[in-house]
Amino acid sequence: MELVEAIILSVLAASTPLLIAATGELVTERSGVLNLGVEGMMIVGAACGFGGAWLTGSIFIGALFGIIAGVLMSLIFALMALGLAVNQVATGLALTILGVGLSGLIGAGFVGERLTPAAHLHIPGLTDIPLIGRVLFGEDAFVYFSIALIIGVWWFLYRTRAGLILRACGDNHVSAHALGYPVLRIRTLAVMFGGACAGLAGAYLPLAYTPFFIPGMTAGRGWIALALVVFASWRPGRLVVGAYLFGAVTILQLHAQGWGVGIPSQFMSALPYLATVIVLVLLSRARTGGSTAPAALGTVFVPDR
Amino acid sequence: MQAHQRMLDPTPNGLHSGESPLLKTVGLTKRYGDFLANDSIDIDVWPKEIHALLGENGAGKSTLVKAIYGLIQPSAGEIRWQGEPIVLSGPSEARSRGIGMVFQHFSLFDNLTVAENVALGLDGKESFKDMSARLEQVSRTYGLPLDPGREVWQLSVGERQRIEIVRALMQNPRFLILDEPTAVLTPQEADQLFVVLERLKTEGRAILYISHKLEEVKRLCDTATILRGGKKIQTCNPRQETAASLARMMVGGEIREVKAAAGRQTTIPRLVVNDLSLAPDEAHGVRLEHISFELKGGEILGIAGVAGNGQDELFAALSGERPSKDPGTIVIEGIAAGHLSITKRRKLGAAFVPEERLGHGTAPRMKLSENALLTGHAASGMVNHGFIDTAATLKTVDKATETFDVRKAKRDPEAASLSGGNLQKFIVGREILRNPAVLVVSQPTWGVDAGAAAVIRQALLDLAAAGAAVLVTSQDLDELTEIADRIAVMFHGRLSAPLAASEATREKLGLLMGGSSLEPKEAAHAVGA
Repeated sequence: MELVEAIILSVLAASTPLLIAATGELVTERSGVLNLGVEGMMIVGAACGFGGAWLTGSIFIGALFGIIAGVLMSLIFALMALGLAVNQVATGLALTILGVGLSGLIGAGFVGERLTPAAHLHIPGLTDIPLIGRVLFGEDAFVYFSIALIIGVWWFLYRTRAGLILRACGDNHVSAHALGYPVLRIRTLAVMFGGACAGLAGAYLPLAYTPFFIPGMTAGRGWIALALVVFASWRPGRLVVGAYLFGAVTILQLHAQGWGVGIPSQFMSALPYLATVIVLVLLSRARTGGSTAPAALGTVFVPDR
Repeated sequence: MQAHQRMLDPTPNGLHSGESPLLKTVGLTKRYGDFLANDSIDIDVWPKEIHALLGENGAGKSTLVKAIYGLIQPSAGEIRWQGEPIVLSGPSEARSRGIGMVFQHFSLFDNLTVAENVALGLDGKESFKDMSARLEQVSRTYGLPLDPGREVWQLSVGERQRIEIVRALMQNPRFLILDEPTAVLTPQEADQLFVVLERLKTEGRAILYISHKLEEVKRLCDTATILRGGKKIQTCNPRQETAASLARMMVGGEIREVKAAAGRQTTIPRLVVNDLSLAPDEAHGVRLEHISFELKGGEILGIAGVAGNGQDELFAALSGERPSKDPGTIVIEGIAAGHLSITKRRKLGAAFVPEERLGHGTAPRMKLSENALLTGHAASGMVNHGFIDTAATLKTVDKATETFDVRKAKRDPEAASLSGGNLQKFIVGREILRNPAVLVVSQPTWGVDAGAAAVIRQALLDLAAAGAAVLVTSQDLDELTEIADRIAVMFHGRLSAPLAASEATREKLGLLMGGSSLEPKEAAHAVGA
């Protein structure tokens, strides 16, 4: 029992940064922009988040620093890919390379420092329920926030007019422009939201997951988040399922090694990507029509004015 | 009576003292760099008027209506709405003033539902539920049925246009702009549209109607303004003009008349299709079913039909982009070719011109000489032991330029830098210069100005006169009746029996295009009676 509870707790903890980062990227991609710089925005968010918390002693301010850092990084992307209409794939890759280097520079002074990790909820009675108590009522604020975030994004995309306009920009930016919607402004906001989420997801790692900062600590989670959006076929509901599934795979990989299961750890690390490829194949085979991906995803838009 | 006089003298100071037009542009100018897209244009549109805007591609029609709809800001001049000068910050302000627009290339979102598409075109002041109820009511009132819950990609072209029109009508516009609305409709669908437009007119609305189709303008419109090269040429009453006189004003000169050589002889069958059936290769493709026809040398066969009825699939099957498993289904020059690749079919003497100029007919960012090589490498001596003979490719470009009057800035520019008409002349020319025995061409003059269209049609007639078999797919019935010897119609992947061009009336073709069957006996009977 103890072990099961421990595994569930660690799966939730491992899944949360994936869910937060992928939620942001989902909104970005739904507006028609492919930002491959998630890994870069996350790692800068991690460095700045740790720095903020270490300097002020407040986890909340640390998280805020992470968000701001992510937004600033995403603005570089927006300036290049939206303002100057540069190729989005190239810009996103460059952003990741920049982020990895920048985070090493920012975080150099913090390596080896420790923090008190984010506090976990404790409701006497409820949290003490065996097996589910700590899972449901004993998490840190990031976990609850991530769930509220994805529900909020679902509601925004499918229940509000602003969400409809955002989806419209992702489906056909020429039509959206012809109807008078400010495509580039909407996309910039979506990219900034994606940056904020990536920064927060990055900050989660040194603030709650492991209470210290090491360079390169995102360890490819940004790439998994990108794969996750595709895996979820750009739908928020499937994104939650995918995030916990991918989180579980990373944890299982550790346990499998511990138990001496003869599966190479490299295979387990590759599983999320493999699963994404399989899902893509299944989706394209099952497709009856229309487009699963936002139809304008990754295409450059220059309005004539 | 007054309305009649107004058409004769459209100046506001003439017979309309005390009245002002609903919309007026004064010296409207739009400049892009050195290029004047609109050069000081004055037009007046009155209530209860259907006002045609005529002109060739690039005459400035779209620029003008975009400025009126607030999509672009004029560089100079002003727009007056009911006599008051206005500056439109964007389409939503235009809409709130009562200006609506139905776009030429639909401004729809394929993966959103009909209701969502309509909501995006409104200003969102009512709830989605109220909007849906009103959508149903408007579509019923005007006889434009729509299913609000369906996603757009599932709908036909005619249904898509209905969404655009209903969306515009839901804003209760006093001024409605329609940009080439009948370009994609069957004659019967176009007639239904005219009924709606006449009704809007009697309701007191004004309509600005962009079209290429002169007969249609003569029938529907009260006033016509002709633009050429960004300038207004004239405002006239189209009912008092002939199609030829309107065309002269549009082109600024006589259009070369397309003439078939007399006494064209048909020879041996050069392209034969035997019971060709092919499953679609993509989700919303069309299945080709039992297509058979025989095309002799010296003959032009026209294939009519509303877009999306299998024309693209037939082109892919004929060109070899989608080879069939059964070699005997397509016979080129007496050789079973159904299974052969494009290159092998070219070596048999076939040539192909697809509908899409950029991306299918040419690689947009490659030079014309390289594009000539792409279709000519197998059979035109441009490759020497695996090396490109650059001089030969350039010679092909020069020859096509000379023979077909391709206008371009330099000797060998990128394909994408040419205007549509000039690029199409180059593509058709490139294939014709190979002296093909069989030419399969899809939408040869789609979006091409009248002068270039005449050159291309003449080239097809000359090619047939020289003994080649020519298959032309087109949505333009006038074009087909002008050049084809026989016309068949595609509907839902089936090809009707060809009618002789002399018997192929618009009514008969329209029925076939709408899927009605036209039994040969019945048709003969109807003609006899």
